[in-house]
Amino acid sequence: MKKYQILVIMRNRPGILSKVSGLFSKRGFNIDGITCGVSEKKEHFRMTITVIGDESFVEQVKRQVAKLIDVVKVQILDEKKVVKRELALIKVKSDSENRLEIIKIVEIYRAKIIDISHEALIIELTGDSNKVEGLIGVMDKFGILESARTGISAMHRGI
Amino acid sequence: MREINGAEIILEILQEHDLNTVFGYPGGSVLPIYDALHSYREKIDHILTRHEQGAAHAADGYARCSGKTGVCIVTSGPGAANTVSGLMTAYMDSTPMLVITGQVSVNNLGTDAFQELDITGVTDSITKHNYLVRSIEELSDLLREAIYLTENGRPGPVLIDIPKDIQTSKMSYDNFQNSCSSEYNTVSEYKYIYEKPKKNETDEFIEMIRKSKRPVILAGNGVMKSNSSKELRKFSKKFDIPVATTLLGLGILPAEDRYNLHMLGMHGTAYANYAADEADLIIALGMRFDNRVTGNIHRFCKDAKIIHVDIDEAEIDKNKRADLHIVGDVNLVLKALLKYKAEGENKVWMNRVMELKKKYPLDRNFSTDYILPQYLISKISELTKGEAIVCTDVGQHQMWTAQYYNFNRINSIITSGGAGTMGFGLPAAIGAKLANPNREVIAILGDGGFQMNSQELMTISEYKLDIKIIIVNNSFLGMVKQLQEVFYEKRHSFVKLEKNPDFVMLGRAYGIDSYLAETPVELDKLLGEIFSKKRSALVNCIVSKEENVFPMIPGGKSVDEMIMSKEEL
Repeated sequence: MKKYQILVIMRNRPGILSKVSGLFSKRGFNIDGITCGVSEKKEHFRMTITVIGDESFVEQVKRQVAKLIDVVKVQILDEKKVVKRELALIKVKSDSENRLEIIKIVEIYRAKIIDISHEALIIELTGDSNKVEGLIGVMDKFGILESARTGISAMHRGI
Repeated sequence: MREINGAEIILEILQEHDLNTVFGYPGGSVLPIYDALHSYREKIDHILTRHEQGAAHAADGYARCSGKTGVCIVTSGPGAANTVSGLMTAYMDSTPMLVITGQVSVNNLGTDAFQELDITGVTDSITKHNYLVRSIEELSDLLREAIYLTENGRPGPVLIDIPKDIQTSKMSYDNFQNSCSSEYNTVSEYKYIYEKPKKNETDEFIEMIRKSKRPVILAGNGVMKSNSSKELRKFSKKFDIPVATTLLGLGILPAEDRYNLHMLGMHGTAYANYAADEADLIIALGMRFDNRVTGNIHRFCKDAKIIHVDIDEAEIDKNKRADLHIVGDVNLVLKALLKYKAEGENKVWMNRVMELKKKYPLDRNFSTDYILPQYLISKISELTKGEAIVCTDVGQHQMWTAQYYNFNRINSIITSGGAGTMGFGLPAAIGAKLANPNREVIAILGDGGFQMNSQELMTISEYKLDIKIIIVNNSFLGMVKQLQEVFYEKRHSFVKLEKNPDFVMLGRAYGIDSYLAETPVELDKLLGEIFSKKRSALVNCIVSKEENVFPMIPGGKSVDEMIMSKEEL
């Protein structure tokens, strides 16, 4: 079992997201994550779908997705060539006593603090999933109030 | 300036694609289309069924027999919802079908307006594709695209949902005529025009045949859909390879063809199943290794190499891993293969296959004074010389039909294979008859399934369609009863239809000549009589209640656990 990222380019038509997610539930495929937004062409949407499984499973997912009429391109991203990023917003309990400590950790992770109030602050972090999980692990002891993750967006290096 | 409205655009485009027979049921949200149909009645035949489900199945039956796209028009909400079983049936069996649903006006979308239903959401998983049209400008493009999709590549049903105000909106006729916009061209890129298979693929194909000692072809619906009956016949003869078919593949070879092993799978012939089991090479053509065919997938053809040819790439390696696959049209592949030279005969294997055929024939001991369902089907087969179009529901009668009707022609078994839809047979027969007015059309139904769409008797009667309706009446939901006998210690739970209506009176109420047959003698006489006339008739055949379908490979089991008769149960 391995994590795979599948890149999907779809024509920008109403209901495409539900067609993709509907396909996953119909076939009993589990989605580990899905990110979606406009691509370099405004008439095309770009999705990065993360699935967990073996090679034959991910191949079957790819073929089923390719069957959707609005799909222009499907590609299983090559682990060796891929750049993966995820955005996370983490709201941590924080008072004057531990604020400095948190700021230091945030610097080490090259994350950003984007909001501060008396009882909490919000950290913005971009990175691969390991990094996001790492920071969440460290922040746990301060008390995480909320966390929002976008899921992975990915792209091949080079042309 | 001449103008055209949305409803007229729809009918113009149907005509443009030579789709002149449509099935449907009117309602509030399709009033503009029905108004236009009134003006187009010389050009487009609209068949009014008595239920939207009937319209969908009739369109399906029409498509399977004609090779054209079946069209069905229904209203929004409940009308659209009633086509769901029809869509699923067509989807599972890859029938090209276009369902046009009315929808509430665009400004009412999402407000839970009267008879509003998100039908595209509902049917996402049972259509090849679906659309909600949002403006008159895109209507013609999307409709053309929808029709294109129904028949290109792997065929399937497409639904297009058209709000009422778009049906009444107008555009100039010139603009409509020139409206092959970029959007439509985009889908034209999505061409399923398959080239001939590559030479290295066919080389390897032939090499695998040469290396094999015991090859078997499994031919499915894809062979039918690609019109490859002739090529398959030549191919099996040239390379000396026996052919077993799936349920939907019946009729690809004439019943008596020496290479024909008939149907394989759960209720297939024992010789087809044994031959497949002994094979060292399986050539799967246009079939998808459905679990009713394979039983236990791991033990299915365990010693064989597998070649898989299918038009749908997603079918490759989905259920069974193939050693060689070709994605494409079966017809092109067979034509390419026929160019190779065959290396003599394969006598040893063909002798073994003939021995299996001789050793495990279907039981044909019919000497009883009550009607055996197998006898009933054999008799119909004999009377129609295996040339009729036979539409069935789902259950024991369907399997007996598959086993005992000697299908001699393609597109002759019209049955819900993948979905197993009860109530399919009667409306499908309506479509079949309209597609083929000159062929004998028979609806063979169980007493259960018949009652699921019996209202369509009225459609048959109204349009004076010559359809012979045979009810295989055992007062049971027979197949479920059989499963309860095999898997649930004969505990018959809610499978006895204690109170059936008087089917003869029911048929007569709809204006159809209807008869009762309780003995083989009565049956012979009645069948002879109804098949000599060119008008519809219904025969309620009271058959033995005890009879079950054999052979049977219980679900999830494999050939070595095949049950040959009730004594083995």
